[in-house]
Amino acid sequence: MLAGTSFSGQSGALYGIMAEFDDPESLLDAAQLARSEGYREMDAYTPMPVEGLAEAIGFRSSWVQRLVLLGGLCGAAGGFLLCWWITVIAYPHNVAGRPLNSWPAYIPITFETMVLIACITAVVGMLALNGLPQPYHPVFNVEQFERASRDRFFLCIEASDPRFDPVATRTFLKRLKPREVMDVAA
Amino acid sequence: MRQEDLEQASVATLDPGPDEIIGPGHGYETVTDKISGVVFRPFLKTPRQMFTGFACAFLLVNLLMIAVTWLFVRGVGVWGIAIPVAWGFAIVNFVWWIGIGHAGTLISAILLLLKQDWRTSINRFSEAMTLFAVACAGMFPILHLGRPWLAYWLLPYPNTMWMWPQPRSPLIWDVFAVSTYATVSFLFWFTGLIPDFATMRDKAGNSTAQKIFGMLAMGWRGSAKHWARYQKAYLLLAGLSTPLVVSVHSVVSFDFAVAILPGWHTTIFPPYFVAGAIYSGFAMVLTLAIPVRRWYHLEDLITMRHIECMSKVMLGTGLIVAYGYVMEAFIAWYSGGQYERYAFINRVWEGGYWWTYWLLILCNILIPQLLWSRRVRMNVSAVFAIALVVNVGMWLERFVIVVTSLTRDFVPSSWGTYYPTIWDWSTYLGTIGVFLSLMFLFIRGLPAISIFEMREVVHHKELAHARRD
Repeated sequence: MLAGTSFSGQSGALYGIMAEFDDPESLLDAAQLARSEGYREMDAYTPMPVEGLAEAIGFRSSWVQRLVLLGGLCGAAGGFLLCWWITVIAYPHNVAGRPLNSWPAYIPITFETMVLIACITAVVGMLALNGLPQPYHPVFNVEQFERASRDRFFLCIEASDPRFDPVATRTFLKRLKPREVMDVAA
Repeated sequence: MRQEDLEQASVATLDPGPDEIIGPGHGYETVTDKISGVVFRPFLKTPRQMFTGFACAFLLVNLLMIAVTWLFVRGVGVWGIAIPVAWGFAIVNFVWWIGIGHAGTLISAILLLLKQDWRTSINRFSEAMTLFAVACAGMFPILHLGRPWLAYWLLPYPNTMWMWPQPRSPLIWDVFAVSTYATVSFLFWFTGLIPDFATMRDKAGNSTAQKIFGMLAMGWRGSAKHWARYQKAYLLLAGLSTPLVVSVHSVVSFDFAVAILPGWHTTIFPPYFVAGAIYSGFAMVLTLAIPVRRWYHLEDLITMRHIECMSKVMLGTGLIVAYGYVMEAFIAWYSGGQYERYAFINRVWEGGYWWTYWLLILCNILIPQLLWSRRVRMNVSAVFAIALVVNVGMWLERFVIVVTSLTRDFVPSSWGTYYPTIWDWSTYLGTIGVFLSLMFLFIRGLPAISIFEMREVVHHKELAHARRD
């Protein structure tokens, strides 16, 4: 692990409190309970996507698809305009009196540039919205967290939540029957 | 890999047969260990076949170096090409390689959209195959240019000559299609790898590996919010790649179909090329997956179900290709066109290349019919042999299309012949070397099976079991 110390609670600033679960179903239940308990600032960490988990922690975002739509439109417009500009403005060729603006012939390039820009937007946009690359994040301070990329499932209620209280939140998480509850140093 | 991990990973490798996509006894931890274990295995414990395989492939890479150097020194005259056959091996190989790449995108994108869960343990692998096949394909048109150092003239950019590429030409569509395809294939492959890089970072035994995988993972921590966006982006990539893969080989077929040459000027080319591409691609996936699964004892992750499904796809696309051949013959007769008819007669009987046509029919249509039999599909060696035969057959198909058609056009005075030289063969074998070397390095250095998607498979299996109980 990057920084292998796990704080026991008292010393240092607190990022949040984390509970560790064995399977996705318990984590899903825990996340729903935490949300009905009134917690809003939390995140769950899993080794693979778990259906319904993002909704359970109250996360909703449709920015990726909006950005991709925008990227695709820009790509298509750019590709078409490029072809049009080359054949009509920059390098016009009179081929047996055929129209310069031969738009059906531009479609393959328009399509390719649309896909290209939309795909680049999808990946770059997803990473940017996720705040990646991010060299440091407090959750990595927890020693067991390296199993979040293997076989364990974590729920972290963050200290920024208005209802967060170091003692009450800890007790609440303990009630959910996790393997363990840990403090996350900021 | 640490000692304790090795002990935990001790799930017996059992092939669960044609109904399951994962062997018995696997959990999140064991699939993780098994797949990452291939990468973390000590260097000297690499299966012997990998060393021999890589050595042979690397020898071919050196052959390519020599062939390309000679080509640069003497020009394209070292190849067997001359008017009327200006498109020799270079274009045959270009189309062959790009076709092979298509199965990777089909497996990773189209089968994802169709929710075919058997795609999971072979998608990463075939995406890498796509990437390397496109790299090999891309070399040929550039080497074929004659002055390859001016390849950037293909791109539209403001220049002092005030010249622009012709965007009405399929050859320029090809530039856009192939470069888009290469970029998108890379993005798809890399995006799929990010969560696995995080796994590798967290499991790495030494700090160098940890740093390298850590940088590649970019701080991925498996947050539910990240996964939500990730899955959306991945789905969109799949949705965009699906029409892309169809467009790429359609555009490649336009290179031929838009020309007026008999034997090329056919409207059936785009669908028939796309089917052929997927056909040859699946053959190549099988050619690669069967030995690797054996060397690394992955029979519980790449099961007989995968082999059988791929064989069926091969059989299906092979039949579409067969339909294409029948249609060519039918149209030659039905159109009543003199040149069209002659092109066909020349292909099957009159020209000096008739034997390549019949060999192609044998490889692409007759032999693969054995796959109708379940006994054959269940026999790994037989499937491997058929896949090799299809690889050869699809190469011959492109040879027949490119060379046979060009040798006989409209006027007998411009007829000619084409024979490949040793440099044609060296360049071709050389790219096979590049492809295989990269594949060997990929399998040794990166998780060749998508770990996080295998965990999803485990999860679904557990849910199904829970429901049954």
